[in-house]
Amino acid sequence: MELSVRFFALYRERAGCSTAQVPVPEGSTVADLVVAVRELYPRLAPPDVSIVVAVNEEYGEPETLLQAGDEICLIPPVSGGQASQALNSCSGSER
Amino acid sequence: MSETIVITHHELNPEEFTDLVRRDTNGAVVTFLGTTRDTFEGRNVIRLEYEAYEEMAYRKLEEIRQELKSEFGVEDVAIGHRIGVVDIGEISLVVAVASPHRSEAFYACHEAVNRLKHSVPIWKKEFYEGGEHWVACEDHEFTGSVETPETLTVSADNA
Repeated sequence: MELSVRFFALYRERAGCSTAQVPVPEGSTVADLVVAVRELYPRLAPPDVSIVVAVNEEYGEPETLLQAGDEICLIPPVSGGQASQALNSCSGSER
Repeated sequence: MSETIVITHHELNPEEFTDLVRRDTNGAVVTFLGTTRDTFEGRNVIRLEYEAYEEMAYRKLEEIRQELKSEFGVEDVAIGHRIGVVDIGEISLVVAVASPHRSEAFYACHEAVNRLKHSVPIWKKEFYEGGEHWVACEDHEFTGSVETPETLTVSADNA
């Protein structure tokens, strides 16, 4: 099957496109898709860094099964926020 | 404006969000403003750019609002996030929370901002004199220690 994959932010720039059609075998999981995407776009992320995938607007797990027609997006790290030492019990930082 | 969760290219007016959560049953309104800072790790930032996966960002912001309701009993929450180019000193985020008493409003507002930064797919890029940088993506830098020769020229992507 062929999956339509969207890229955002850092991944969009590194892939050089916003969407890509990625062929994977039937029954593929998020983990399988990530392997296929890395083969197509080896410069997307270093191999030792995990790539987060959203499936139908929810964060996917590596074992999440994919189907043709799923809305699939690769999600670079969001700003996260550094823990403030002064407010350790309720950490955060301004976006 | 009547939508209580907004992702927009336009300037954010905090008062609009505050008005959305004010009610006679509430005795406290806490409003957080995230404003764009002019420095990052000692470098001068010229401007910022935000990018969102909007469909999912709306869904995640709504989830946060529901969590505040179920966990803290806070009913009135309004959130605005700006995307696109944002100049230094402008407002990129507004979180307004109202509740009958102040403790819940302070706490829920703080929690909303923290959760937002961890789960909502919105990215920030900082532009410097002669450079740019996606915030929080530092672990994605390619280094010589990684054995993928074809990736080693990737820094050109960021030029």
